[in-house]
Amino acid sequence: MPDQLLQQLADGLLIGLMYSLVAIGLTLIWGVMNIVNFAHGEFLMLGMFTSFWLFTLFGIDPIFSIPICFVGMFVMGTLIYRFIVSKVMKGPVLAQLVVTFGVSIFISNLAVYFWTPDFRLLPATMLQGTWQIGGVDLSIPKVAASFGSVIASVSMFFFLKRTKTGKAILATEMDREAALLMGINTERINSLSFGIGAALVGVAGAFLSTYYYIYPQVGGLFGTIAFCVVALGGFGSIEGAFIAGILVGLAQTLGGFYFDPSYKYAIVFMIYLITIWIRPQGLLGW
Amino acid sequence: MLSLNNISVGYKGLLAVQDISFRIDEGEIVSLIGSNGAGKSTIVKTIAGLIHPWQGEILFKNAPVHQAQPYDIVKMGISMVPEGRKLFGRLSVLDNLMLGAYAVQSRADVEKHLQSVFNLFPILKERQGQRSDTFSGGEQQELAIARGLMSNPSLLILDEPSLGLGPKLVSDIFRIVREINARGVTVLLVEQNVYEALEISARAYVLQTGRIVMEGQGRELLKSDHVREAYLGM
Repeated sequence: MPDQLLQQLADGLLIGLMYSLVAIGLTLIWGVMNIVNFAHGEFLMLGMFTSFWLFTLFGIDPIFSIPICFVGMFVMGTLIYRFIVSKVMKGPVLAQLVVTFGVSIFISNLAVYFWTPDFRLLPATMLQGTWQIGGVDLSIPKVAASFGSVIASVSMFFFLKRTKTGKAILATEMDREAALLMGINTERINSLSFGIGAALVGVAGAFLSTYYYIYPQVGGLFGTIAFCVVALGGFGSIEGAFIAGILVGLAQTLGGFYFDPSYKYAIVFMIYLITIWIRPQGLLGW
Repeated sequence: MLSLNNISVGYKGLLAVQDISFRIDEGEIVSLIGSNGAGKSTIVKTIAGLIHPWQGEILFKNAPVHQAQPYDIVKMGISMVPEGRKLFGRLSVLDNLMLGAYAVQSRADVEKHLQSVFNLFPILKERQGQRSDTFSGGEQQELAIARGLMSNPSLLILDEPSLGLGPKLVSDIFRIVREINARGVTVLLVEQNVYEALEISARAYVLQTGRIVMEGQGRELLKSDHVREAYLGM
């Protein structure tokens, strides 16, 4: 029995770190920059398919697709910001919401059109198998993704706190007009943030593709969880989102274990609702 | 150094400033005075490039700047300390100052400007790690001015620097403005604190409902009946 509990804790931690990785890009776009992006889940899906096709067509292992996903999704993110999102930035938040929602529907349906709605799995890649440590099975692709998650979160944390560009991002979010007066090109900062957010979720997609089903609608669930993780962690808080991702993962597996697996997402979102009710700014928000 | 020629500008279709012309010469302190809603802030926002004029032109060192973006204007040497200070509250004093030097490329120059700002405001050096939103009003205003100086501007625009400060702090701020000017920075001062502003200004323009109604030397305007009645309550 304790072994089983340990197994659940390990699974929860690994899933949770994946959620943190999926959410880290959204933390920057939505949590820090305050730009709503409903297409975040679809960016994840594009990352997964990029990794899938690079493997299927060219035999490139997902582990080598990571930098390709990063760069490719960065370019796509900045283009989507520049040509679509920036047009509605001066309007009400609702406009951003509707526009990015439209982008998400467009991307996922385009994926259905080109790649059919089928579920796909990558065959054995370099990241496969399990480790057994003290009676607990650890899936190697999930452990790799967890490392990716920790690296991404720590890099983002130091990028924002220590670099000139990171501080310009924070300044732009706090007071756009004051940032302009400092000599910051705020539109460029917005587009850069959007690009980095997309790039990071592209990386998450490459990791996720090594062990999860790849299909055009996969972004729906992960996108919703990412929004939940960012809000639960607290706006503007990288470390908050990181912890919230792990909490969501643990709640999901332990909830499924102690109650019933079919309730696992209900438990996750219930925790979210209760937290927001007690602490609207999230766990570590300002 | 800076000249505005027949500038008209407004917001969302409403004209706020009509056909205004004035100039600032190198080394001067020039004041723009007038009551609330006279259009003072609109004018300085136009100079800083946050809004663009509907008509007229702005020349800085003989180059047109009225269509330039604010971040380019900073690089040309105009720095504006906005009304209400607009500090980055959740960032430290040092971070705020470093953001002020965002447009400065060389690290050595940034360090030089930082030392000169610390020299002018020793308290900022002592408390550089502190979050700026923990500062009192007077300290915040000092930080805002210091941040404005970090880009090493040749023209510093101060929009209502004494707003919301007590009399002692107000005179401190004006002393600092004088000191900055003595170090070779040209200053455009927007003020409701008319008496103090005119005292230290070489020249001043009086603005009323979007038009310049008077101009002259600071001390001369202090003696004018119109200014004394309308702004000094004498």
